[in-house]
Amino acid sequence: MGLTLAEKVWERHVVRRADGEPDLLYIDLHLVHEVTSPQAFDGLRLAGRKVRRPELTVATEDHNVPTVLGPIADPVSKAQVETLRKNAAEFGVRLYPMGDAGQGVVHIIGPQFGLTQPGMTVVCGDSHTSTHGAFGAIAFGIGTSEVEHVLATQTLPVYRPKTMAIEVNGELPYGVTAKDLILAIIAQIGTGGGQGHIIEYRGEAVRKLSMEGRMTVCNMSIEAGARAGMIAPDETTFAYLKGRRHAPTGEAWDTAVEYWRTLRTDDDAVFDTVVEIDASTLSPFVTWGTNPGQGAPLNTAIPAPEDTGDPAAARRALEYMGLTAGTPLTEVRVDTVFVGSCTNGRLEDLRVVADLLRGRTVTARTLIVPGSMQVKADAEAEGLHEVFTAAGAEWRAAGCSMCLGMNPDTLSPGERSASTSNRNFEGRQGKGGRTHLVSPQVAAATAVTGRLTAPADL
Amino acid sequence: MEAFTTHTGRAVPLRRSNVDTDQIIPAVWLKQVSRTGFEKGLFAAWREDPAFVLNDPTYENASILVSGPDFGTGSSREHAVWALQQYGFRVVISARFGDIFRNNSTKMGLLPVVLPAEVVEKLQAEVEADPALEVTVDLAAREVRWAGGSAAFEIDDYTRWRLLEGLDDIGLTLRHADDISTYESGRQRWLPTTV
Repeated sequence: MGLTLAEKVWERHVVRRADGEPDLLYIDLHLVHEVTSPQAFDGLRLAGRKVRRPELTVATEDHNVPTVLGPIADPVSKAQVETLRKNAAEFGVRLYPMGDAGQGVVHIIGPQFGLTQPGMTVVCGDSHTSTHGAFGAIAFGIGTSEVEHVLATQTLPVYRPKTMAIEVNGELPYGVTAKDLILAIIAQIGTGGGQGHIIEYRGEAVRKLSMEGRMTVCNMSIEAGARAGMIAPDETTFAYLKGRRHAPTGEAWDTAVEYWRTLRTDDDAVFDTVVEIDASTLSPFVTWGTNPGQGAPLNTAIPAPEDTGDPAAARRALEYMGLTAGTPLTEVRVDTVFVGSCTNGRLEDLRVVADLLRGRTVTARTLIVPGSMQVKADAEAEGLHEVFTAAGAEWRAAGCSMCLGMNPDTLSPGERSASTSNRNFEGRQGKGGRTHLVSPQVAAATAVTGRLTAPADL
Repeated sequence: MEAFTTHTGRAVPLRRSNVDTDQIIPAVWLKQVSRTGFEKGLFAAWREDPAFVLNDPTYENASILVSGPDFGTGSSREHAVWALQQYGFRVVISARFGDIFRNNSTKMGLLPVVLPAEVVEKLQAEVEADPALEVTVDLAAREVRWAGGSAAFEIDDYTRWRLLEGLDDIGLTLRHADDISTYESGRQRWLPTTV
């Protein structure tokens, strides 16, 4: 019997296998940021340990950083960022600090630098590490104890998850994006649907996605309960990687591509679970509740709690969100639009937003936050920032920003957002804030009208 | 890591599904660089509601949290585990857990116990009927027991052994340092470095 993509990559990284124990898995790339690492570095110091492979480790400052350039005003955030700087210097880890041209959201800069490559294992103390699976890597989020473990040993003891295929057949209709696809998948399989699995996204609609779109899909695997999501590498992947700072060159490139071409699920491989989605039936999709599974097509009404899989949770969510069942989603007014995050903070996302804002004016507070300083520079080279500011949107510096509100970019109690980020949890974007997850296209259209709007309705 | 063998204590029912780690410990609490003091942030937003179950003095000093399904979904923040432990919880019982939370718990000695949804609901109802009910979670026997019921739970042998002994993963892995070096010598040459 053949192997799935996940099994091929996994097997290549097993350092040690023993009966009744998890596999000891080698980690090719460890991404570090300021929030989940301080206690891990402390642990190393206490035990007198070093970072085993600092050259396979890279750090950036993203969660706490202000997106208006200048010093960090919050002394607690500042102390955390300074702790990372001290730890990176002490343990010899490369750091892209605030103000550096390489700084950005950890899951944006890995692919941007070509550090994320097919067939690798990638971890980070952040659940959206699943993003990197878009390259055919096994990439998953870990807690601080595991961060310390990887720093000390460059390995992790892990049981191999089960495999799940999500077959996306047919073509996405015009104007329906990778974000709509993943939101629809989560609504279908539920926030626990992928638990214990590595998802492989397959099928015609997935093959046609750009790398940016594939990253958006894999990014939100965790919202479907899966620790990792993957897409087999292909010509789109190779074209994206070629010429990037850390991509192989010359003969090594050819050898690498030859290997990468073998990274596909064998025809006779068997998945533990298979889910099928018909892409041609999809339309712009938004969330109405307080978990990412509580979503619906934008052209429908807010469902009655009893029509959902978890009526008690839906009732609670509607109360928190200040919404009434039966209201058309397009009648929901929003105060703030956030474009950014590791889900939708890449250049391609900013381009589609600019296309929709060009010659128009926003009526809601609109924050546009590039995922990295490189994305910012690239966007500015194309003049996108001028489109944003002419429309009345705020153009910011790179960071996680309003996705989780650890920096000053937050919602006030009761304030409602349309957000291109990944989580609509209670209070996620600020205490009492109400979040609707949307695609960049819907975010831009919503910014113009001040209510949830599909681009086609502009 | 603190060893976990058997724990007996009172339980508190949390009748909510999808209790994500942002609720367990909101992001604003993640700015700390120490490992302590997170109990104050546990369910910080929900605790502002006087009707929230953790504010009910009936359940004071409970050490077993009995939650609806999909507990600990979302963010990988291990701070969620620290907050629960520092508040006084030793066990969380739920029908389903977020994978990363469950993993983080077993690294810290907070025991995540998976029971079928109907058993979780039965236990919640019995705790509500008698908040003084003593619940025993026996890791050696892989069993939860209380006056009026018991339920077996599954946990893999390796994780159970590590918890029973209170063993630290890094120490266990470093016994295999030679295997790691051997593996490293065979890695593909084109693989990137960050320097």
